[in-house]
Amino acid sequence: MNLRIESAAIDSLMVRLFDEIDEANMPWLIAAAEQLRQAFGAQLIDLVPSYTTLLLHYDLHALSEADAITLIRSSLHNLQPLAADTGTLHAIPVWYHQSVGPELPAIAQRAGLSPEQVIAQHCSRDYPVFTLGFAPGFAYMGLVDEALASARLGTPRQRVPRGSVGIAERQTAIYPLTSPGGWNLIGRCPLTLFSAERGSLLQPGDRVRFVSIDHAEFIRLGGDDTAMEASA
Amino acid sequence: MIELLVEHSLGFAQLQDGGRFGVRHLGITQGGALDWVAMQQANWLLGNAADAAVIEIPLGGLQLRAHAEGWLALSGADLDAKRDDQPLAPGQAFQLRHGQTLQFNRPKRGVRAYLATPGGFAADPVLGAIATVMREQLGGLHGNGRGLHNGDRLQGKASNAEPRTLPADALWYPGHEVVLDLIPGAQIAGFAGASLFAAFNQIWTLDQRADRMGMRLAGPALRYQGQALISEGIPLGAVQVPPDGQPIILMNDRQTIGGYPRLGAVTPLSLARLAQCAPGQKVRLRVVSQESARREMLNVISALQTQGASFGS
Repeated sequence: MNLRIESAAIDSLMVRLFDEIDEANMPWLIAAAEQLRQAFGAQLIDLVPSYTTLLLHYDLHALSEADAITLIRSSLHNLQPLAADTGTLHAIPVWYHQSVGPELPAIAQRAGLSPEQVIAQHCSRDYPVFTLGFAPGFAYMGLVDEALASARLGTPRQRVPRGSVGIAERQTAIYPLTSPGGWNLIGRCPLTLFSAERGSLLQPGDRVRFVSIDHAEFIRLGGDDTAMEASA
Repeated sequence: MIELLVEHSLGFAQLQDGGRFGVRHLGITQGGALDWVAMQQANWLLGNAADAAVIEIPLGGLQLRAHAEGWLALSGADLDAKRDDQPLAPGQAFQLRHGQTLQFNRPKRGVRAYLATPGGFAADPVLGAIATVMREQLGGLHGNGRGLHNGDRLQGKASNAEPRTLPADALWYPGHEVVLDLIPGAQIAGFAGASLFAAFNQIWTLDQRADRMGMRLAGPALRYQGQALISEGIPLGAVQVPPDGQPIILMNDRQTIGGYPRLGAVTPLSLARLAQCAPGQKVRLRVVSQESARREMLNVISALQTQGASFGS
């Protein structure tokens, strides 16, 4: 870990801890977020952790930038990583099918695998949640097997249905809400990933294992099987 | 206590307040009035809390009818507003009687008007705020992120107002060229020298692609030659430069994290001004120091609370 603090806006500082995406960063970033929350208390407006950084938005009525930098340095002075595996392990059901995952055949073809082998590969490992962003409860997970890595679509879709499971480069995610998006879709999850009442099902530091379910189970769990058009 | 029926709406007018905070780690954006200065002025005109829920009205196309009479106040853009066919200038508190209509027609100066009522408009806060965010389906009159639609009913939360009048020069409208103050960010050194010169010495044009999420500037293509970025948190006002070299100023409804390099962040006071600019507006970026921007911001907030006017530069 190599702490650097950069000016980001009138009331925001970028706290940079790492330079690479690595699962081993997670226990440090989660611990740092907790320390900063405690140190700033009511003077913290918002904190946005990501893969290597924390964006800290403080109350500019209470603190100058110099005050905030001093507080960050002192609160992270003796940072210890979070004890391993404190996150929740989630088994997330997915109906993998071309009608709701139109890029499934293309990914299989590129990888020289059958669609069934792609599904088995996607379900074969636990993915840590690196960060939430882009949309409420949208969890960036990874890393998928090298063979499944896929560049984002050249033209993002106007409408990706909620629950859609996608791959972008070596990351994977589930769209919590219907929204525009450019990830390669391979299936759909019937669960509610985000609600204003309950917040986000997935949290940074959690782990996810995808479980392949059939159509009947998908419907039983409340999934919406409305088919979508393949990408152009 | 006012009660308003939405008789005609294009769906873009929406309830806004100061925004949603403490939730950005969940991927939830900030939201809130784009021209927060005009929102605070509309509330000041009635003696409200600065961030009480107001209606943000972009461009016009809204007609409201009073079903119960009460106080209202208007600030921000001049949208050719009419109370029962009588012109109504922004910058004042007024009463709307039972059966009277209030119309917002078309932009004459500025593009976003703010309508306040005593105590603010009533709605159940979602995750701590009433701020409407359409993309996230959060907040607003019904809590689901929808803008105001025909048939919606709006109620105020209080009857009594302490009506005030704004000083004559309190309202700000864009002139030929608008200066946007920018606090430089860490990646600024990753831009080519010629691009940096262009960024701060050439005139930019506000693109058609401008909404509550971001506003794109058209002009010389800026070239970033630093390292590729890993996605990280995006502050309000961040000026990100995608591969096409045309900067995007990220506004209240921006996504919470992103991976494009940034020149820095436009100050909140300049963002309030940008919120009143229409596509085609000429703008210029000017570097300011973080500390001077903070001092100006604190002065402006204090002036808004005491006299409803900012008197910034």
